[in-house]
Amino acid sequence: MTGASLPMEYGLALAGILFALGLVGVLVRRNIVFILLSIEIMLNAAGLAFVVAGSHWGQPDGQVMFMLILTMAAAEVAVGLALVLQLAQRFNTLDMDAASKMRG
Amino acid sequence: MLELLWLVPALPLAGFLALALIGGRLRRGGAALNGVGSISAATLLAFFVAGTFITSPPRGRVFRQTLWTWIDVDGFTPAMGLHLDALSLTMMLVVTFVGFLIHLYAWEFMEEEEGFSRFFAYTNLFVAAMLTLVLADNLLLLYLGWEGVGLCSYLLIGFWYKDAANGAAARKAFIVTRVGDTAMAIGLFLLFTQLGTLDIRELMQRATQQWPVGSTAAVAAAWLLLGGAVGKSAQLPLQTWLPDAMAGPTPVSALIHAATMVTAGVYLIARTHVLFELAPGVQLAVAVIGTATLLIAGCSALTQWDIKRVLAYSTISQIGYMFLALGVGAWSAAIFHFMTHAFFKALLFLGAGAVILALHHEHNMFKMGGLWKQLPVTFWTFLIGSAALAALPLITSGFYSKELILLRAWNAPNGGAWLWAGGLLGALITSIYTFRMVFITFFGEAKQQAAKRPGARIHVPLVVLALLTIAGGFFGLPEFLHPALPPQPHGNESAARELALESVAAIISVLGIFIAYVLFLRNRGIADKLTATGAGSALQRYWFSGWGFDWLYDRLLVRPYVGAARANKSDIVEQIYRIITDAARACYAALSATQTGQLRWYAKAIAAGAAVVVAIMVFL
Repeated sequence: MTGASLPMEYGLALAGILFALGLVGVLVRRNIVFILLSIEIMLNAAGLAFVVAGSHWGQPDGQVMFMLILTMAAAEVAVGLALVLQLAQRFNTLDMDAASKMRG
Repeated sequence: MLELLWLVPALPLAGFLALALIGGRLRRGGAALNGVGSISAATLLAFFVAGTFITSPPRGRVFRQTLWTWIDVDGFTPAMGLHLDALSLTMMLVVTFVGFLIHLYAWEFMEEEEGFSRFFAYTNLFVAAMLTLVLADNLLLLYLGWEGVGLCSYLLIGFWYKDAANGAAARKAFIVTRVGDTAMAIGLFLLFTQLGTLDIRELMQRATQQWPVGSTAAVAAAWLLLGGAVGKSAQLPLQTWLPDAMAGPTPVSALIHAATMVTAGVYLIARTHVLFELAPGVQLAVAVIGTATLLIAGCSALTQWDIKRVLAYSTISQIGYMFLALGVGAWSAAIFHFMTHAFFKALLFLGAGAVILALHHEHNMFKMGGLWKQLPVTFWTFLIGSAALAALPLITSGFYSKELILLRAWNAPNGGAWLWAGGLLGALITSIYTFRMVFITFFGEAKQQAAKRPGARIHVPLVVLALLTIAGGFFGLPEFLHPALPPQPHGNESAARELALESVAAIISVLGIFIAYVLFLRNRGIADKLTATGAGSALQRYWFSGWGFDWLYDRLLVRPYVGAARANKSDIVEQIYRIITDAARACYAALSATQTGQLRWYAKAIAAGAAVVVAIMVFL
């Protein structure tokens, strides 16, 4: 399995870039659908890091963690889409900044 | 029968609780029945207890009943315990019986007033506290009763609280007596730390064993207890509250500010007389305070126009006699005078109350006059009371108790002629101001018609008290008290000398009445001429204001205090705490600004936080 595969640093760098992209998406996009998309990207970046690390050490745990993250992402999407629906119904928009009633 | 002693203070307390809890729902008759009934039951019981005590005296002529241990902390174990000996028995009987008569009187006197059941609740609580005071077997329980009567005094002086002046009088009484009470509390601390107990009998034994005569601790303790006694009994220099306390209803003045509470100081000194024997200097001070007070208050009584204020100053003056007796070691004479004074001064106050009620709450004697025909029962009983106050020889109890005090003052090792002369001068002043009051109020031309005649519930107490005023001198009380209060060591006075002294006092008393007759009945012109002269009117104004003590205390204490309070209105200490609150508020404002409600802002904060954590983990 190990042999002539890519060095681990490449995989980790890819995961880091993906995570940064997702984070930037969460921070700069105002559309809630894009925010959810970006979160998915961040989750997958984390999953990728697990897989890369798992393959580096020759352990199945990394892939087990990826399965867990997939399940969690599915659950998160269910909640997130419900939030999208609520936002659309109540504010008639998808702009996340519209829901800022709870400021201190 | 003696085991029922605890019920004597418990019954008035139960009466108070009942009135306090359901008094508002009772009708007047029910409230009065409750209030008067609890006292009459306590009186009856007190008489049974007294009968048992006298017919089959307990061992050592002392009966002690410990109800329960009140506090138990590290060797400090004051009990809820009662101590009955000849002294407390006398006090208990006077408090319950005079209290009962005054309650009966108040039933009619207060009939038209608002807060009828509140009045009886307070007076019942007062009687309960007073009985606790006189029956307590330790100084802490005594102090509880002491403060209880002070509280009731405050509540009852300000009973007509809608008039702001009454509230001010009540506060004055409370605060001035509190000065003395603080001294007494410190005295209790001192006694406990030095002798390790507050049980009175134990305390007196240990004091005689451990303290030599004149030792610093004994002198300090005696001074501090004297401070408490002076405050409660309205003696120099804390006497200013009692004349203002007349703002309360007249039965209250009779019960609290004449017959019982104000003599608590006399009781305290008599009860702890061992301490005062260990501190001869303080004991002499007691005599001097008493003599000075009786003269000063007597002169003030000469100039008052409010009938109740005359009686108030006369109370201060008569308690001065009791202090004089205590100061020369004539403990039983002081308690004897306490008893006769309780009878005749309660009688005088109740009589004055009857006059005041009949004249629509008129207090000014100069607007009265000629009342002896209109209010015959009141007049005759008032006359008997006045005769006793003026110590009319042979027939009145006041004569016997006052003569005993004067005689003892003459005989006392630390007394002598000058204390006797002071007391004698006071006796002259007493009979002048007493009969000035009688002549102005009841004789001369009638200036007002009595609106209504008092009924049976006013007349019965008056007549009973008048009978006691006459009979009180023949009870043989001093001899009865000797097991509890040692008799004064006798000087080498011959019987002829004693007779001579008594005759002088008797002549002085009659002379005073004669002077009052000349000045205030036969020839009013002389008195008016005297007060019209410059010196005369100045002296009159000075005496009228109570020798300027109120003025002095106002300048010396009240105004500086009020000034300091005003200067510190913004509260300097408060500023330190304000810095803390201001800092907290600033932090709150800063933190609440971060709560923008925007999801992306929160996400940024989380990201930044994560970055910081990662940075810390990587670089540190």
